[in-house]
Amino acid sequence: MMLQVAVISGKGGTGKTVVTAALADILPGKLAFADCDVEAANLALLLSPREKRRIPFFGMKKAVIREETCVVCGLCKAACRFNAIYQEPGGAYRVDPVRCEGCAVCMGVCPERAISLLEHQGGEVVTADSDRGPLVYAELRPGSGNSGLLVHEVKKEALKESEGRDLLLIDGPPGIGCPVISTMSGISAIVIVTEPGIAALHDLRRLVTVSSGFSLLHWVVINRADLHHGYTGEIELFCAEKGIPVIGKIPFDPAVMLAVRDGVPVTRRDCAASRELAGIGKRLAEGLSYVPG
Amino acid sequence: MIVCVTAKGPGPEDLMEERFGRSPYFLFKNTEGGEWSSIANKFADTAGGVGPRAAQVLIDRGTHVLITGNIGGNALAVLQAAGIEIYLFKSSGTAADAFQKFIAGQLKKFS
Amino acid sequence: MRLVVASGKGGTGKTLVAANLAAVLSSEMEVVLVDCDVEEPNAHLFFPSEEKVLPVLIDVPAFESSRCNHCGNCSDSCQYGAIVVLREQLLFFPAMCHGCGGCELVCPQGAISMAKRPIGHIAFSTPRQGLVLITGVLHEREVMSPRVIREALNYASGHALVICDAPPGTACPVVETLEGADACIFVTEPTRFGLHDLTLAAGVAELLGVPSGVVINRSMGDDDSIRDFCRARKLPVLTTIPFDRDIAETVNSGQLLTDRMPIMRGQFRELFSRACVLTGV
Repeated sequence: MMLQVAVISGKGGTGKTVVTAALADILPGKLAFADCDVEAANLALLLSPREKRRIPFFGMKKAVIREETCVVCGLCKAACRFNAIYQEPGGAYRVDPVRCEGCAVCMGVCPERAISLLEHQGGEVVTADSDRGPLVYAELRPGSGNSGLLVHEVKKEALKESEGRDLLLIDGPPGIGCPVISTMSGISAIVIVTEPGIAALHDLRRLVTVSSGFSLLHWVVINRADLHHGYTGEIELFCAEKGIPVIGKIPFDPAVMLAVRDGVPVTRRDCAASRELAGIGKRLAEGLSYVPG
Repeated sequence: MIVCVTAKGPGPEDLMEERFGRSPYFLFKNTEGGEWSSIANKFADTAGGVGPRAAQVLIDRGTHVLITGNIGGNALAVLQAAGIEIYLFKSSGTAADAFQKFIAGQLKKFS
Repeated sequence: MRLVVASGKGGTGKTLVAANLAAVLSSEMEVVLVDCDVEEPNAHLFFPSEEKVLPVLIDVPAFESSRCNHCGNCSDSCQYGAIVVLREQLLFFPAMCHGCGGCELVCPQGAISMAKRPIGHIAFSTPRQGLVLITGVLHEREVMSPRVIREALNYASGHALVICDAPPGTACPVVETLEGADACIFVTEPTRFGLHDLTLAAGVAELLGVPSGVVINRSMGDDDSIRDFCRARKLPVLTTIPFDRDIAETVNSGQLLTDRMPIMRGQFRELFSRACVLTGV
C-alpha cells in the first residue's frame, strides 16, 4: 500500500510548507502531493505545477426558502437554533448561507413545504502536475465553511492521481480542529513542524493530544531551533516524554525566506537549513522503512 | 449468513476497499449460495458522521459479517451493538478473494 | 469599536500585533482583547494572569429510554449521522451532533429533550490595569470552533474598544470573527505565501464589507509585491515591522515588544490611530 505522510504543525507559520517542499525535492522514488491547507494553499507556489483540471466542490447543503410558496408564518425562524433565518425589512424570510448548518429543521416545520436543501458550491479542487509528481490542492471560496470536507475531497483526488506512486506527501492545515482531523484520518504518519517559542510549544501539546488518538507514526522537526535554546530543550523533553523522535533541528537561516521569495524549495540552495533538511529526509525515509519502487 | 465486503467497485472482481465508512461500494453475498449484490455507498463523500450511517446500511440489509480493512470507533460501536462480526482483510485483492479467504477461515476476527 | 487583527496565513504575527496594541492602549483606556483563535489560542501567553473560566455549552439531545419505541424517526431526521437506532437500542454520538434539535421535534414518544454538552471554555483575566483578556478555547477533539468564537465575542460586546485576535484561514471561523467588525488589520509577511494568503483574506473582508489595512511584518525593506497589491486593492499599509532576530526572540519567549523595546510604543499608538481612520471615526 502507498505510504501517506502529512506535515502538520498546530501553530501556523512554523514552516510546514517549506519542509514539505524540501521533502518533495529530495525524497527518492515516485511521489505525489496533496495540499490539505485548503484555506490557504501554498505548496503550489513552491512546486511550479502545471494545472490540469478543476473540479467544483459542493459543501454541506443549505436551506433555501421559495418566496412564492412562503406564507411568512415565521415558524422556520423560531425553530432554527443557528440564527440562520432572518426577516427582511420587506417581510420576506431568508436563509443566511454562512450561518446555515444544513440541519433541515426548518424544512420539517414549514407547513407550506416552501423550504428545500440545495447544493452550495464552496470552492474547487485543482489537479496539477509538478516535476516530482502529481499535485492536488484546493481553492475554498472566501468565507465558505466545510473546509474539513474539502480536505477529504483533496485527499480523494490525490489518491486517484497517485496510482502507481510510492509516497503521498501531504501539506497539512494549521490548528487542531476539523481540517486537521480530516487530514490525519487514514494516513500512515505525521511530521510535526514546530519552533522554539512559547506559542508553538503550547500548540504542539494540544496537537499531540489530538493526534495521539490516531494510530499514526509521529516525528517532530524543530524549525529555527537556535532561536531559543530554552524552548528547544523543552520541546525535546516533551517529545521524549511522549516517545516522539525529533528527526531534525533546522537553524534560523535567512536563506529560507529568500528561497520562498523566489518560489523554489530551499533544498535548491546550498545553506545550513538545506543541509539539515537533507538529513531529515534521510531519517524520515528510514523511519518509514521507505523503499521506493 | 450474509457477508458484506467493502469494495472500490460494484462487482466481486473489483478491488477490496480498506476503509469502511468511506468505501465506494458495499458488496453482499450469502454464504448459502446465490449471486453477489451491491449498493453504492451514498455516504462516501458526506461531511461527517459517515461511519454510523454506513453501519446503519449494513444493519438494514440484515448483514451478519463485515469484511473490511479499517474501521473507525463510531462505526465499530454501532456494528458491535448490532451483533455484526467484523473480519479484517489487510492485503490487497478483489472482493471475491476476501470472501474466499473468509470462507476458508483465513481472516482474523476483529474484537 | 471592534478591531480585528487577521492574516489568512498562520504565523505572520497576528497575536504579536493584537497583544502589543492592546497592551499599549490599555495604559490610556479600557481595552478588551478577545482571542478568537480558539483552536490554538496564544494571546494569553503574553499576559500570564489568573483566569476565571466559564464553559461553552451546546445543545444536545437527551434520550429517555423508557419512552423510546425505537421507531428511528430521530435517526432519519438527523443530517449529521449522530443517532443510530437498532431494534432494541439507540446509539448517540455527541461529537457529531450540531444541536439543531430536529430529533426532539420528530420524536412521536416525547422521549427526547435538549440538554447541554461542553465543547470549550471562555477564560477571563485582567492581566494589567485597563485590560480585560477574553480567551475562547476549543476543547481538544472538538470541531465546532465558530460556536466558541461567537460566545467569546458575546462576552465582549458593549465595550468601547474591543480588539480581536483572529484565527488563520478564510473559512467559517474567520467569518465568525470578522462579521460586524468596524475595521480589520491584516498582518502579512513579504513572501509569496504572505501575499497569496493576504489576497484570499482580503477577499473575505471585502465580502463582509469590513474596511481593512495592512501591517507588513518581517520586512526586509523590499516589500514591493505587497505594496503593489495594497495599492491596487486600495488597502492602506498601516505600518511595517522589520525582520529582526531580536524581535523574533522576544516574541518567541512570550514577551511584549512594547515592554522590552519601549521605542515601539509610539509605533503601535500610531497604528491604532490609522486603524481608527479606516472606520471613519
